[in-house]
Order: sequence, then structure tokens, then C-alpha cells
Amino acid sequence: MIKLVQVCKAFNSQVILDKLDLEIETGKINVIIGRSGGGKSVLLKHMIGLIKPDSGQILIDGTDISSLGEQKLNQVRKKFGMLFQDAALFDSMTVGQNVAFPLKEHTRLPAKKIKAIVDEKLRQVGLTDVDHKMPSELSGGMRKRVGLARAIALDPKIILFDEPTTGLDPVMCNAIDQLIVDTQAATGATFVVISHDIESTFRIAHNIAMLYQGKIIVHGTPAHIQSLTDPVVSQFLRGQSLTS
Amino acid sequence: MTRFFELAGRPIFVLCEEFGRIALLLLTAVTWLFRKPFRWHVILRQMEFVGVGSLTVVLITGTFTGMVLALQSYYGFNKFGGESLVGAAVALSMTRELGPVITALMVAGRAGSAMAAELGTMRVTEQIDAMATMSVNPIQYLVLPRIIAGILMLPLLTAIANFVGIAGGYVVGVGFLRINSGIFTTRILEMVTLADLFNGLIKAAVFGLILTLVGCYKGYHTRGGAAGVGRATTQAVVLASVAILISDYFLTAIMF
Repeated sequence: MIKLVQVCKAFNSQVILDKLDLEIETGKINVIIGRSGGGKSVLLKHMIGLIKPDSGQILIDGTDISSLGEQKLNQVRKKFGMLFQDAALFDSMTVGQNVAFPLKEHTRLPAKKIKAIVDEKLRQVGLTDVDHKMPSELSGGMRKRVGLARAIALDPKIILFDEPTTGLDPVMCNAIDQLIVDTQAATGATFVVISHDIESTFRIAHNIAMLYQGKIIVHGTPAHIQSLTDPVVSQFLRGQSLTS
Repeated sequence: MTRFFELAGRPIFVLCEEFGRIALLLLTAVTWLFRKPFRWHVILRQMEFVGVGSLTVVLITGTFTGMVLALQSYYGFNKFGGESLVGAAVALSMTRELGPVITALMVAGRAGSAMAAELGTMRVTEQIDAMATMSVNPIQYLVLPRIIAGILMLPLLTAIANFVGIAGGYVVGVGFLRINSGIFTTRILEMVTLADLFNGLIKAAVFGLILTLVGCYKGYHTRGGAAGVGRATTQAVVLASVAILISDYFLTAIMF
């Protein structure tokens, strides 16, 4: 469903992705780990066409989105939902208006039906009676939950998560991780999560890929990753400094 | 020697690049003008913000501009016995020049800076990216309604500024400077033409385009967190103000 082939990206003279190859397993929680500032967010944004590669292909259901125009890209994006690091809620809209936004833009559902879907999605992420609140009134964890509710509003086939537990306390991290696992089990969608939180990764992942110096150096199940003796991988998993 | 030309030329390249990007933003917005969906509620909301929201400041600045014009022109005309021309001078100055320019500068400071701040904050908090991921074109949703609001509301605000400015000039001229009220108004009707009025309103529409386009451009392309938003807001007001004054000269030369 999602396949990156020989993707290269540099900003000014700094190489971020260096002939990167990656295939995302459909219907599973795929976690991409790597150092902070290593290019994980850049990689994720390539998958939804927010950034275009300098070369290489980004295949979504066989279509190379790297060469698509805006209109065709928008059609492909309807398959996606995305949860940004700080949820990226529209701060001029209420929680209810935020979750309803994709429904209002892409469906002709009546207002009552939209309200029912909004309430259902918020209930799915463990929130009730918050639809009238503004994002500024919410805690970090609540904002992430609302962001997830908005991301799943149209029941997308692919959901991207940009460091979903960053900045949250351990209790909330666990809660968000459980939410990710439960939502994926309920929807069967393909989840792509980027994270530098090792504990969280091993709690939720069906597959783990590690991004290092612009390439995916390992890719496999959590058990496989933990069994590796590669010094770069094992040092990162133990939280030790990586030296080349 | 080469180094000198390099250093001297770089700001010019940067400026040309900036104007090119602004033109591209305008072109992109125009291509979305006739494409669905048409978000009338967003446009109306922006028109309320730009128009209704700026009314108070336009009323105040328009009135006092007219009043000070009456005082200053009386001072000059009095030297050769031309006090009867004060009314016409106020009306011509307001409709042709000061009404559009002062209104645009005030709205640039208020609405233009707000647009830069709002879009800049949305940019640095990834709200614009989030909108794009939901298959909603951010330029169509955020930029185009603001530009339409600026083009439509500036002429209306300018017309109001013209009216209150002339009224303010009347209060000063007739009330304080003892100019005959009949002469004051007759000279206005004799000397101000429809062309003066409409060309002034056309200028206002152009200024509305400039201030909203610059505000949206600076906000949309903000980088660098909160400091970047602050820079974008300041630059939006400065650039819009300078662009309004420069374009004012060329529009005046063409139209009048």
C-alpha cells in the first residue's frame, strides 16, 4: 500500500533521506524509530505529499504521488488521516468544529448526522462533553485525542502519527499507546507511527523500521529488532550515544 | 569591485524573489477563484472582520483627517483670500488621495497584521499542513477569502472615510473658521467630479488587494516559531504600507 523507492531529500546541502527504501505493511501498526532530528517527520510528510522528494518514488496503492498535481494529490490524501505532534487543531474552531471539519468539507451529510459522527469519534477516543470547548482549554493529552478523532473522522485506510506521545507524562503516554492499539484493532487501518520513544514503540508495534543517516537500516518485528546485534541498533535501543 | 556589486545586488535579488513569490501566491489564489467549493461563509466572515471590524478606526481617522485638512488648507488659502475653496480642497483631497490612502494604511495596520499573525501561527503550529492533509487547499480556504474581503471592503470603508472626512472638514470650516456653509458646500459640488470619487474607490480596491495579499503572504510563509510570527507581522505592515504608498503614485499618474 505504501512503498518508498530510492527516495532522496536534501535541504540546502544537508542530506536528510539518502536513497531510502521502505515498504509499509498494510493493516498493521508500523513504527519508524530514529534519533531526534534524523528525518522521521520529513519521511512521514513525504508519505502524504506535504514534501516532494528530490528523486525516487512514493507509491500509494501503486500510484507515484511524487509527480502528482495538487488536485490528484488531494484525491489520494482522502485515504489518509494524520495526527501531528501537537495535534495541530484549528485554534479558531471548537473541538466539535475541528472533528467535523473533514466531514463538512468532503461529505454532504446533514448537520445532525455530522454531529452524531463527531460524538461517536470523540467517544471512541475516550472523550465526552468536550465538543463545545476550544483547543486552548484542553490538556496536551486531550488535544492529541481530539486530533486522533479528527484524523479518523472519515474512516481513512491509512493513519500517520507524528510522535504521538512526545511531551506527555508516562500515564498519558500509556493511554495514547492503548488508544492507538485499540483504534487500529477496531478499524483495521494501516498505521504509520514515528517515534523516538523505545518503550512506547515496543508496546504498540507490529513492525519496526529504524532510520539512520538517511536510510532504513533494519526492518522487522519487535522480537527480530530486539535480537539484532548491530551496534547502531542495540546502542539506540539502550539509549546510548551513536558514533559512526 | 565584484564583491561590492555582489553585496549591492543581493538585496535587489531578494526583493525581486519576494515580489515573485507574492505574485505566485496571487496567481494561485486567482486559479481557485472559480473552482468549487465556494465557501461563502468564510468570505462573509472575513468581510465582517476587515470591514465591520475596521469601521471604528476608519471613522476616527477619516474625521480627524478631514478636520486637519480644513485647518491646514484654510491657513494657506487665507493668504490670498481663497477661503471659499477650503471645502473643495478637503473634498478633493479626501476623495482622490487621503481617503483611500489613510484608510488602507489603517486597515493594513489592523487587519493586515492580524492576517499575518493568524496565518503565521497556523503555519508554525502545523495547522496549515493539517488542512492540506485533509485535502483542503489552504490557499483556497485561508488566502482567497481574505483577498476578496480586502478588495470588496476597502472601497466601502474609503467611501465612509470620505464622508466623515468631508463632514469633519465642514464642522471645522463652517463651525470654527466661519466659512459660509453655502459657499463651502457649493464649491464641493462644483469641483468634485464622479471621476474623482470612483478613481479614489478603484485605488482603494487595489490597496485592499495589496494589504491582504502581503499580510497573507507573510503569514503563509512564516518560519521560526513565535519570533518568526512576530517578524512576519511587522514585515507585513511595513511592506504593505510601502507598497500602498508606491502604488498610490503610479495609480494617481495613470488615473488622474
